[in-house]
Amino acid sequence: MGDFFSNLSLGFGVALSLQNLGLAFLGCLVGTLIGVLPGVGPIATIAMLLPITFGLDPTGALIMLAGIYYGAQYGGSTTAILVNIPGEATSVVTALDGHQMARQGRAGVALGIAAIGSFFAGTVATLVIAALGAPLTKLALVFGPTEYFSLMVMGLVFAVVLARGSILRAVAMILVGVLLSTVGTDLETGEERMTFGLPFLADGIDFAVLAMGIFGIAEIMRNLDHTEHRDVVRQAIGRLLPNKDDFRQSYKPVIRGTLIGSILGILPGNGAVLGPFASYTLEKKLAKDPRRFGRGAIEGVAGPESANNAGAQTSFIPLLTLGIPPNAVMALMVGAMTIHGIIPGPQVMTKNPTLFWGMIASMWVGNLMLLVINLPLVGMWVRLLKVPYRLMFPAILMFCCIGIYSINSLPTDVMFIGLFGFVGYVLIKFGFEPAPLLLGFVLGKLMEENLRRALIISRGSLETFIERPISAGLLAVATILLVIALLPSIRKGRDEVFTE
Amino acid sequence: MKNVVMALAAVAGLAATGAQAQNYPTRPITMIVPFAAGGPTDVIARIVGDHMSRTLGQQIVVENVAGAGGTTGITRAAQSQPDGYTIMMGHMGTHGAAPALYPNLKYDPAKDFAPIGVAAGTPIVIVAKKDFPANDLKGFLEYLKTNGDKVNMAHAGVGSVSHSTGIFFNSVVKVKPTMVAYRGTGPALNDLMGNTVDFMTDQIVNVAPQIQGNNIKAFAIATPERSPVLPNVPTTKEAGLDGYEVSAWNAVFAPKGTPPDVVKKLNDALVKSLEDENTKKRLLDLGGVLPSATERTPEGLQKLVESEVARWTPVLKAAGATAE
Repeated sequence: MGDFFSNLSLGFGVALSLQNLGLAFLGCLVGTLIGVLPGVGPIATIAMLLPITFGLDPTGALIMLAGIYYGAQYGGSTTAILVNIPGEATSVVTALDGHQMARQGRAGVALGIAAIGSFFAGTVATLVIAALGAPLTKLALVFGPTEYFSLMVMGLVFAVVLARGSILRAVAMILVGVLLSTVGTDLETGEERMTFGLPFLADGIDFAVLAMGIFGIAEIMRNLDHTEHRDVVRQAIGRLLPNKDDFRQSYKPVIRGTLIGSILGILPGNGAVLGPFASYTLEKKLAKDPRRFGRGAIEGVAGPESANNAGAQTSFIPLLTLGIPPNAVMALMVGAMTIHGIIPGPQVMTKNPTLFWGMIASMWVGNLMLLVINLPLVGMWVRLLKVPYRLMFPAILMFCCIGIYSINSLPTDVMFIGLFGFVGYVLIKFGFEPAPLLLGFVLGKLMEENLRRALIISRGSLETFIERPISAGLLAVATILLVIALLPSIRKGRDEVFTE
Repeated sequence: MKNVVMALAAVAGLAATGAQAQNYPTRPITMIVPFAAGGPTDVIARIVGDHMSRTLGQQIVVENVAGAGGTTGITRAAQSQPDGYTIMMGHMGTHGAAPALYPNLKYDPAKDFAPIGVAAGTPIVIVAKKDFPANDLKGFLEYLKTNGDKVNMAHAGVGSVSHSTGIFFNSVVKVKPTMVAYRGTGPALNDLMGNTVDFMTDQIVNVAPQIQGNNIKAFAIATPERSPVLPNVPTTKEAGLDGYEVSAWNAVFAPKGTPPDVVKKLNDALVKSLEDENTKKRLLDLGGVLPSATERTPEGLQKLVESEVARWTPVLKAAGATAE
C-alpha cells in the first residue's frame, strides 16, 4: 500500500509539472476538437500529430498523445449525440438514446452527463490501473481464442437484447452485420471473399464507413424527407446541465458502466468495444420501464459513456505492463514510444518508472482537463443545433466526406458512405434497427477469426469451448441471457412484448 | 485533414513545376509507408525521415497507406509522379515476397522503381512460449521433427513478415507445424505468452522486450552476428542451423523515372542520416541492423531486390501461399 502511494505521488510529480500539464491540456483540446469531426477518430489524429511530438521528451509526448486519444474518444460521443454519427464502435450505443435526448431538447443534459460520467469512470479506472495494473495483466493472457469466441457469443446475445423492435428483425440485422464483416481477405488462407475482384474491398469494409453511412447519412436523408423532424432539434434547448433528478437516475448506471468497462477494457483484441453494449443491455434489463430506452433514456447515455471511458483507460494496461497493444490506437502508442526511444515491454515499469507512473497520473489529469474543456463547450455545441437544418446538413455531409477520406485516402470510401446511407435509409423505412447490424459487424470478424483459431488449435474439437472453464462460463451466461430475452415471447407465443 | 493539407500543397506545387530539379526539394516530400502507423517499418521511416528532412531542408511527411500486405501503398506510390516529391519505404514483403504472394500484383519490384537505398534491417528471431519443452535450437528442432503437426506456429497474417519468414523456416527445417493466423503481431505475441500457441519467427523489435522480460524464450537470431540487444541469443549458424539467415530489410524507393540528380540528393540525405550518431543509436536500440556500404547505394538496393525476389518466390510458391 505504501508503494501504491509513493508510486502515485511520483506519478503526480511528473504529471503536474507545468510543461506536462500544458501538454495534457493541449492534447485533450486538440483531441476533442478533432474528435468532433465525423470520421476523424483518434487513430488518424494521433498519426497526424505524431511528428510534432518529436521535439518533446518521451513522457511529455506520450502524455499529449494520450490526451488526444481521450479527447477524440470523447469528441466522438459529442457527434453521436448531436448529429447521430458514431465515429467509433464504442459510441454507437451513445447515439441511440443520446440523439433522442438531443431531439427532445435535452442535448445539454446528454452531453453533460456524458462528460461527468466519463470523468467518474476515468478517475476509477486510473485508480484501478495504478493499484491492480500488474496483476490484471494476467487476465489478458488467460484470454485465448476459445475464451474470446465465447465472449463474442455473449456479445451477440447483447445485440438481441439491445434491439427495440421485434427480435426476429434484430437477429436478421445481426446476421447481415456478421455477413458484411466477412467481406475481404480471409485471414487464414489469404483468399479474397465477396470482394467481386474489387481491390478496395480486399481489406474488408471499414467500420467508420459503415457506421457513418448507415447512421449519419441515413439520418440526414430521413430528416430531409420529414419536414416536421427537421425542427424537432431546434425546439427549446432546455437546461444545459443535468439537474438533481438526472443525477439520481444516472449515478447507478455510471457506477455499473465503470465496472463493466474497466474489466472489458483489459481484454486483448478490442474487448473494450463490448463495454458500452454490455452496459446498455444491463441498464435496459434493470430498468423498471425498458420501453424508455431508445427514446431518450438518460441511463442509456450515462452507463455506456462511463463504460466507454473506463475501457479506453484500462486498455492501457496491457500496453503499459506487457508492451502488447490490445487495439489499433494502442498499437500506434507503441510506435510513438518506440520512436521516442522507449521500447514498450514488461521492463518499462522498472526501467522508466517516471514515464510509467507519470502517464498513469496524467490519465486522471487528462480526464479532469476533458471535464474543464467540455462543460463550457456544451453550451456552444447545443447552440450549433439552432443552426437551420438546410445549412446544417450540407456542412455535416461535407465533414463526413472529408473525414472519411482522411482515414484511408480512398475515394471509394466516400462513395461507400453514400451507398450505406441509402441502405440505412431503406432499413429505417422498413423498421429495421441499424445498431444490431453494427454490433454484428464489429463482433462478426472477431468471432469468426477466433472460432477458426480455436478450432485449428484444438484440431477441430468443439469440446474445447466447454472444457475451458472461462469459455464455458461465458457460454452459460450467454445461454441464460438468451433464455431471459426470449422467454416472454415464448410464453405469449408472439414477440409483441418487445415491440413498442 | 492531412490529405487536405497535402492536396493544397500539391496544387501549390503544380504552379512551381517549372522549377529545376537542381532546386529540389522546394516543397514537402511525401513518404508513403505501406503499413499502419506504429509498426516497425513506420518507426524506421519516421526516424530516418526525420534526419533526411533536416538535410534536404524540406519536411518529409509520412503518409500511412496500409492494406494487402503493404502492396496497396506501394502500388499507389509506384504510380505517382516521378518528381521526387513522393517516395516510399518498401520492405522485404513488398519488394521481395509480394510477387509470389500476390499473382495480380500491379508492380514489378525490380523494374518499376528508382531505388534509393536500404534504411535498416530488423533481424528475425525464432521464439517460443516460455513452457516449450526445449531449451536450445537443437532440442527445439528435434522436438519439431518428432512432433510434427502437433506444434502450433503463430504468424501475423498472410503476407506479413512473420508469415513469410515462418514458411521459409519450415522449408529449411523441413517440418510442417500447424499454422495459426493472427491479425498483427500483438495478438500473436499475446497468445504466445499465454501458452496458447507454441512458436513463431518475427522481427527483433517486436519480440526483444518479451525475451528480456522472460515472457517468451528465444532459440536463435537469423543473422550472421549476434545482436547487441540480445547478446545471449546465439545466431542460427552458431546454434547449428545452416541456411536460415533472414532479415526484414526496409528501404527507400522512388517511382521509376525519377530524375537521377533527385535520386542522388535523396540517397545523399539517406546516407547522411545513417551516419548521424543519434539516428544510428535510435535504430540500434530497436535491434535494427544498419545497411552495408553497398546496400546504401541505389545499385546495391537494386541487387538486393532482385536476389530477394529470387529467394522468396520458390519458397512461397512451394508452400502454396498466396494472398489472392
